[in-house]
Amino acid sequence: MIEFKQVSKTFTLGKREVHAVKNVSLTIEKGEIFGIIGFSGAGKSTLLRLVNMLERPTSGSVSIQNIDVSTLSPKDLRAQRRNIGMIFQNFNLFNSRTVAGNVAYPMKLAGMAKKDIQQRVDELLQFVGLADKAKDFPDQLSGGQKQRVGIARALASSPEILICDEATSALDPETTADILRLLKKVNRDLGITILLITHEMGVIQSICDKVAVMENGEVIETGEVFDTFTNPQHETTRRFISSTEQDLPSPKLLEEWRAKGGTKLYRVIFKGYIASDPILSRTTRKYGVDFNIVYGSVSELQERFFGNLLVSFEGEEQAVKQVLDELQALVEVREVSGNER
Amino acid sequence: MNVDWTTFWPRIVEATGETITMVVATLIFGSILGIAMGILLFITRENNILENKVVFQVLNVIINIIRPIPFIIFLVAISQLTRLVVGTTIGTAAAIFPMTIVASFVIARVVENNLVSIDPGVIEAAQAMGASPMRIIFTVLIPEALGPLILGLTFVSVSLIDFSAVAGTVGGGGLGHVAMTYGYQRFDGSVMLVTVVILIIMVQLAQWIGNTLSRKIMRR
Repeated sequence: MIEFKQVSKTFTLGKREVHAVKNVSLTIEKGEIFGIIGFSGAGKSTLLRLVNMLERPTSGSVSIQNIDVSTLSPKDLRAQRRNIGMIFQNFNLFNSRTVAGNVAYPMKLAGMAKKDIQQRVDELLQFVGLADKAKDFPDQLSGGQKQRVGIARALASSPEILICDEATSALDPETTADILRLLKKVNRDLGITILLITHEMGVIQSICDKVAVMENGEVIETGEVFDTFTNPQHETTRRFISSTEQDLPSPKLLEEWRAKGGTKLYRVIFKGYIASDPILSRTTRKYGVDFNIVYGSVSELQERFFGNLLVSFEGEEQAVKQVLDELQALVEVREVSGNER
Repeated sequence: MNVDWTTFWPRIVEATGETITMVVATLIFGSILGIAMGILLFITRENNILENKVVFQVLNVIINIIRPIPFIIFLVAISQLTRLVVGTTIGTAAAIFPMTIVASFVIARVVENNLVSIDPGVIEAAQAMGASPMRIIFTVLIPEALGPLILGLTFVSVSLIDFSAVAGTVGGGGLGHVAMTYGYQRFDGSVMLVTVVILIIMVQLAQWIGNTLSRKIMRR
């Protein structure tokens, strides 16, 4: 659906060259929710704007349904943009227009009949849950309501693609969850492909199918969210994951644990259905070993369990080894070294 | 030597009419030219929807040359051009021409300043929706800036009342002319007082209309 082929974007600021996007290749399939995560300045915002040519690539190409969008004439590009809805961190609503006026705007651009516009505005406001706010002005709405208007407006021209520029970054956690549910509904019910950028791992975790991690303009890791989460390859990815997962206690706590004579810690990672199996208690009971879950979490990722626990074992050395061997056959077990982070 | 007020009132009413004509006509012509120039200045800025360094710089320099010239000097300096365009340098019509030129440059800056204060994200949103530059000018830029724009135009019309008095002293007619001829040259304090009071009322009225309109548009 959307294909980035070796795309680079370089800005010239005075005499300095800024390589915002470097040689990025990515494919976003139809119907997916694809998330791009990165710290600020990673180039994700520029990458997103290459999709609707708000930024033009310095080299490489961006294709939508096999059409290279950088080759389109201004008129064709405007038509193509109507197929790509966009929502923003700061909502960017027209303050001079009512909620209904904002939602109607893209349809007026497309030259729809007044009667049809009216009907579709009602439908869209119903869809985003703001049917009673049609006559309000944006400055009368809360942040979450503004983003709902933004979403309704982005959907007005019936696009196949929705791109989201940090759509929840200006919202509180509860409102973020509401907006993410709405985006999921947009994806599921309307079949709209969503490409979003964020710096919050929670956003990726709760709605994305696939993820790409960006750093210094490059995509350093990409894949299914579950795989990337449960088996991160890159240090930056690990840092994002530890921002939402209780991955490892603080160095201070770990030190205290060791100072108090705590035994070796093992990281036990459960993926999927195995998390519902009482394998820890079964294996330890078999060899007469005690186990102690020191730290960790079990969470849901892409509708699958993901458990990440720090466990210590107490018992005969031989028995502990047998327990570890047996666990290793079923789940991932790693000894936690002194300087792991 | 004092004027006879029973016969002088019609003269005051006529002069008030001339002043209003000068101000309103200048405001209309100046707004048309000024808004067009202000928009052109804004859209041709760096990184804007129709970025064009040459157009921007030329306009910018012209405005910066004209604006600092004191109006009374400008009025005299372009009198040959005024004669060429209007046919005379005396009277209301002859005053409207230089006033319009100065007003349009002032309004261009006012418009530009108001447009700059629009959140660029809103313009980006319109672009992302597939709006053409022309569409953006008329359906985003102007409506979004309209409230403060009207306050800006109100400010300009108050200075136009001032300009019209200046034009009056060099043959432009209106209240300025009356005040100078009877109040200043013939030492009639009552004429001076009446014209000043009328001018104050006009300024108050203009400000009130502007405030009311902009409040209505900004809904605050």
